[in-house]
Amino acid sequence: MAKVFEKTKMLTDVPFHYCPGCTHGIAHRLVAECIEELGMTEKAVGVAPVGCAVFAYKYFNCDMYEASHGRAPAVATGAKRVHPENLVFSYQGDGDLASIGAAEIVHAAARGENITVIFINNAIYGMTGGQMAPTSLMGQVTTTSPYGRKKELNGMPVKISEMLSQLDGAYYIERCSLHDVPNIVKAKKAIKKAFTYQMEGKGFTLVELLSTCPTNWGMTPTKACEWLKDNMIPYYPLGVKKDGEAK
Amino acid sequence: MTEQILSAGFGGQGVLLLGQLLAYSGMREGKNVSWMPSYGPEMRGGTANCSVIVSDEEIGSPVIDEADTVIVMNRPSLDKYESKLRKGGRLFINSSLIDKKATRDDIEVYYVPVSDIANELGNARVANIVMLGAYLELTHLVKPETAIAQLKESFGEKKAHLIPLNEQAIEKGAAFVRK
Amino acid sequence: MAKKLMKGNEAIAEAAIKAGCRFFFGYPITPQNEIPEYMSRRMPQIGGTFVQAESEVAAINMVYGAAGAGARAMTSSSSPGISLKQEGISYIACAELPAVIVNMVRTGPGLGGILPSQGDYFQATKGGGHGDYHLIVLAPSSIQEAADLIMDGFDLADLYRNPVMILGDGMIGQMMEPVEFKEPSERPLPKKDWAATGWDGKSRKRAVINSLYIAAEEMEEVTQRLKARYQEIKDNETRVEEYMMEDAEICITAYGTVARIAKSAVQKLRAEGIKAGVIRPITVWPFPDASYAKYADQVKFFLDVEMSLGQMVEDVKLSVNGKKPVHFMGITGGFVPTPSQIAEQVKNIMKEGK
Repeated sequence: MAKVFEKTKMLTDVPFHYCPGCTHGIAHRLVAECIEELGMTEKAVGVAPVGCAVFAYKYFNCDMYEASHGRAPAVATGAKRVHPENLVFSYQGDGDLASIGAAEIVHAAARGENITVIFINNAIYGMTGGQMAPTSLMGQVTTTSPYGRKKELNGMPVKISEMLSQLDGAYYIERCSLHDVPNIVKAKKAIKKAFTYQMEGKGFTLVELLSTCPTNWGMTPTKACEWLKDNMIPYYPLGVKKDGEAK
Repeated sequence: MTEQILSAGFGGQGVLLLGQLLAYSGMREGKNVSWMPSYGPEMRGGTANCSVIVSDEEIGSPVIDEADTVIVMNRPSLDKYESKLRKGGRLFINSSLIDKKATRDDIEVYYVPVSDIANELGNARVANIVMLGAYLELTHLVKPETAIAQLKESFGEKKAHLIPLNEQAIEKGAAFVRK
Repeated sequence: MAKKLMKGNEAIAEAAIKAGCRFFFGYPITPQNEIPEYMSRRMPQIGGTFVQAESEVAAINMVYGAAGAGARAMTSSSSPGISLKQEGISYIACAELPAVIVNMVRTGPGLGGILPSQGDYFQATKGGGHGDYHLIVLAPSSIQEAADLIMDGFDLADLYRNPVMILGDGMIGQMMEPVEFKEPSERPLPKKDWAATGWDGKSRKRAVINSLYIAAEEMEEVTQRLKARYQEIKDNETRVEEYMMEDAEICITAYGTVARIAKSAVQKLRAEGIKAGVIRPITVWPFPDASYAKYADQVKFFLDVEMSLGQMVEDVKLSVNGKKPVHFMGITGGFVPTPSQIAEQVKNIMKEGK
């Protein structure tokens, strides 16, 4: 029988623990496929965060680190400085990257650290059960903003990609979405571009992936994709925020 | 033999360097040495000081309990450190800047106008080296040549032209206490 | 190699380089600034890497990254900064990574002051961060010993895959003494085949640098492995100096810089005919409890002297195990005890005892 599809060998056979309908699985596959397609299978080293992707080290079929909460860019810095020839990426959620790890991500970008960050923005803390994230939208109901996110109480959502693109040290930053196939295809291109820039020694690269959390949003996967499109994209516009090549 | 020296003055008067020179020279002559500065905010604006120990024995505490010698380059240092001298110890006073006399009578006191002598040599910054000359003349802790050899090494080629000035400073300091 | 007069901080930095450390991640805090400054100057000269991190938190996690990649990596700080590193140190301990951390202890709690202190003994020897772990903690009392222990420290870290802390104080960092660097040891060390260096899929297992073990069985296996390793370290690496203890009737005990002051005190006391000696732990973890047990029958009492409110004294008491009185003398605020003060204290205790 003709083989029509093969799973990338950059993912292990360990079944994902992610909830049904969650887009982490898609993000993992895109990252893994990009590594393989770029011929970097023996050079890839990843850093998993604390959050839903805490077990990412079980899924990516390359050397991996598990970092403490928010510190993945610092760990990746250490890993990359020792082996500059490796393709080093961190994979972080919005609580990890935009809240507790805000200092580490800002300064990794400011240093122009030659790493790639995959930033999963689903506007909520997933693993701990649906608390408010720095990226939760105004009015969004979470377990720690039960009356909806309010400006006076919780401040405003953080637009990480726009913020980091202001830093001269950052080379390439793009925001993509995983809610439908055309956008997933774009996301893969962005990841591949980021990895390519890293291997060319261009500096700090980050791809933000707007993602869904059907479980904690309290929606069906289909509804979650619609909610992302209707609510997140207007606040977090998609596109290239910075590209050193475009200058 | 163990010699414990406290060197104190304003920051910028070279009291730490004077102490380091003694420590380096002691080491060059095969002795055990330690040098311990005051550090941090104390260094800024106020008095700087260092403790130097030169000994034939292994050095225990780097912190000086009772000094054999106290060198003071300014008035606040005299007020602060005269009491740290052991009975019979030596007190070197920069009499160019300190008009006050020592208050104790159980110590040996040397008033050396090191800032004036340095100015006569054309460079106020060698006042500490003039003091070193006076100190070495009276204690023979290390040979002046050793101190000069050390200065040559620290200065390197760039500042080699300053060596004759420093040699003169040592000699002038020595001559002052010799007479 | 000729003797050089060096500041403790600079000697420590140079010794680390001599030991093969090529990755240093630091952050400014007094009184250890000469270490990152020296590293920033030297590392580029020898093809090494110095990164001034954005915080102590980031610095220790960069160490985690570099150590996990198989390199000899180091960071240094002083008390408040070391508190910030504790989370990372705990992760390093659990991930079984070799790394060297220097703490030039200053006064505290809080922001405290910048003067010498020994107030971080509990933090260094009893965990510091969360969870069941130990650092190997080396406490130098001279610049020469600081340089030697840094070099040994890298070997110990590699040998046991365990973080090593050099516990100094502001005095060790700031003072100058002659130092002669040893040649790097030729101690056989295990291959770092666990490091995340990039994986070809066949020549070894896939490397995962990790401290997460959700299943109780896995977590237990890790902690039991650490337990066995800690016992091995206790058995093989405990170091202590016994100074004039052969005929001592009084034992003064102290570590680090205070120990050398205690030695001066012993000389003063011996000159007056009082037979005193010093037990100086060089490893404060593992603690040299056997030395105390050995002399507990011989001496009349112990006097523990620290620049703290009394921390090591608890270990001394456990080691003496009630056999003899253990007195305590604590100097705080950044003041340094003098030999006379210690000698006086001994004489006072003797008087009261009569």
